[in-house]
Amino acid sequence: MRKIKEFVIVKLIQVCGLASIFFVALIFLFLLKEGLSVFKTVSPFDFSFGKNWYPISEPAQLGILPLISGSLLVTLGAAVISIPIGVGCAVYIAEIAPLKIKEILKAGIELLAAIPSVVLGFIGMITLVPLVKNIFHLPTGLTALSGSIMLAFMAMPTIVSIAEDALYSVPKTYKEGALALGATHWQAIWRVMLPAASSGILAAVMLGIGRVIGETMAVMMITGNAAVMPNSILVPVRTLTATIAAEMGEAVVGSEHYFALFAIGIILFIISFAINVTADLFLQKRQQ
Amino acid sequence: MKNSYKNQNIAFFLLFLSTLLIVVPVGLIVLVIIQKGLPAINWQFLSDMPRQGMRAGGIFPAIIGTVYLVVGAIMFALPIGLLSAIYLSEYSKDDLLTRLIKLAIVNLAGVPSVVYGLFGLALFVVFFKFGVSILSGSLTLGIMILPVIITTSREALESVPQSFREVSLSLGASKWQTIRHIVLPNAIPGILTGTILGLGRAAGETAPILFTVAAFYLPRLPKSVFDQAMALPYHLYVISTQVPNVDEKIRYGTAFVLLTLVLFMNLVAIIIRYKFRKKKKW
Repeated sequence: MRKIKEFVIVKLIQVCGLASIFFVALIFLFLLKEGLSVFKTVSPFDFSFGKNWYPISEPAQLGILPLISGSLLVTLGAAVISIPIGVGCAVYIAEIAPLKIKEILKAGIELLAAIPSVVLGFIGMITLVPLVKNIFHLPTGLTALSGSIMLAFMAMPTIVSIAEDALYSVPKTYKEGALALGATHWQAIWRVMLPAASSGILAAVMLGIGRVIGETMAVMMITGNAAVMPNSILVPVRTLTATIAAEMGEAVVGSEHYFALFAIGIILFIISFAINVTADLFLQKRQQ
Repeated sequence: MKNSYKNQNIAFFLLFLSTLLIVVPVGLIVLVIIQKGLPAINWQFLSDMPRQGMRAGGIFPAIIGTVYLVVGAIMFALPIGLLSAIYLSEYSKDDLLTRLIKLAIVNLAGVPSVVYGLFGLALFVVFFKFGVSILSGSLTLGIMILPVIITTSREALESVPQSFREVSLSLGASKWQTIRHIVLPNAIPGILTGTILGLGRAAGETAPILFTVAAFYLPRLPKSVFDQAMALPYHLYVISTQVPNVDEKIRYGTAFVLLTLVLFMNLVAIIIRYKFRKKKKW
């Protein structure tokens, strides 16, 4: 009797062990199932490079280039801001900060990671958006720049914590060797520690950018949601994620619009998949 | 030589500055929400229905909706996540399959939250015909927090020393008995930490519930798992972007309640982890 019971439990554990693979496959399958139907009416080329996104007009125009440009612009802006600051903060925490301050700083970063994105979006609307409007004398502060700043902020916890791990895992002897040869602490960090941790830091940056591309609520609340080709960072844009979130509520199940939004979902899924697999390879390389 | 120390001072100052650039705004955000949100909080705000198109009254149904969603998500994710963690920690070999499972977990954690929303809509709302309901939303959130629960539980299980298992096995206990009576009890604080972190994550997410459960304005409590429900994060989104002329007090008050809920859960998780580390005898 006990043997049967244990047999059942072990089988159950093995089945649940595969749950993650099952769910990743299921997500991809259902995105494909709903999303690929859009290509019955629009060619993949027109879908990806069409400059007009008018999903409700007759006939609907489903070109997502403005949305891709919006996402790229916001992501690029966020990367420019968050990479130097994030890596700098990681170096400070890992190498320079005294032990007590280190704990406080880490708690602060963890706190940031825990704040829901809709709360950050709300705060961004009230503080950041008017600030951008006034500094650049714009008709509206809901711009790609506001989105970039907010997203940079949201990418920080990922970048800082993974880059910090990478710096910790550099063998102590490397740094001691450099110091023994007469290098200053900073020279040891710059010439020895950073290069030795580079693959982990690269993974940190990639995962941070992955977070930025996938972020939805905050970006929808502060980038202005205009699905047009952006010509500067000071105009309203709309990202891929915000388009899904803003329009799926009104799209009729089974309509062309509905399928198109799922097709955008496929693109987001593939981007995040590629980023996570590559980052994982870099992290594995570090461990060896 | 003097020059290189000057460089070091400049570099360290810049590093310090970048740290401040992250930590100071975090502190300010929390302070502003506490300062402006706290005055809005009273018993009526927490226990009353929203009135006048959400421009007055309280946020009670949104709080209850979030509690239902979070409880539903954890009921789904905890058993699967825990068993999955046991598999990875106790049964898996270091082979290709394990590598694939770990990769799948990383990917599951990286899928954008709005894509979870799409998936929940396609699978639970449309395919299984659960409709826009608490059930669909809970299951969607449950899958989303699975990676958090698996990762933290696995770490907890793996931190139980190998010698504990060996002693139990050498006394004639079976592998499952060892896991059940030796490994699991010693890993409970870690598993609890993961569960609470998952709860906090589920409570704060908006995008996955947009099309699977969230009701724009529903001034009554849900009666069954097939009902729609309001939820705190979606409510905050609605009153700050969709409804004009909402009193700032109500917005800040809602943000305060949501932030407090999420940060409280994170705090509890951190405290459990801290106490556990201190008490660890091995």
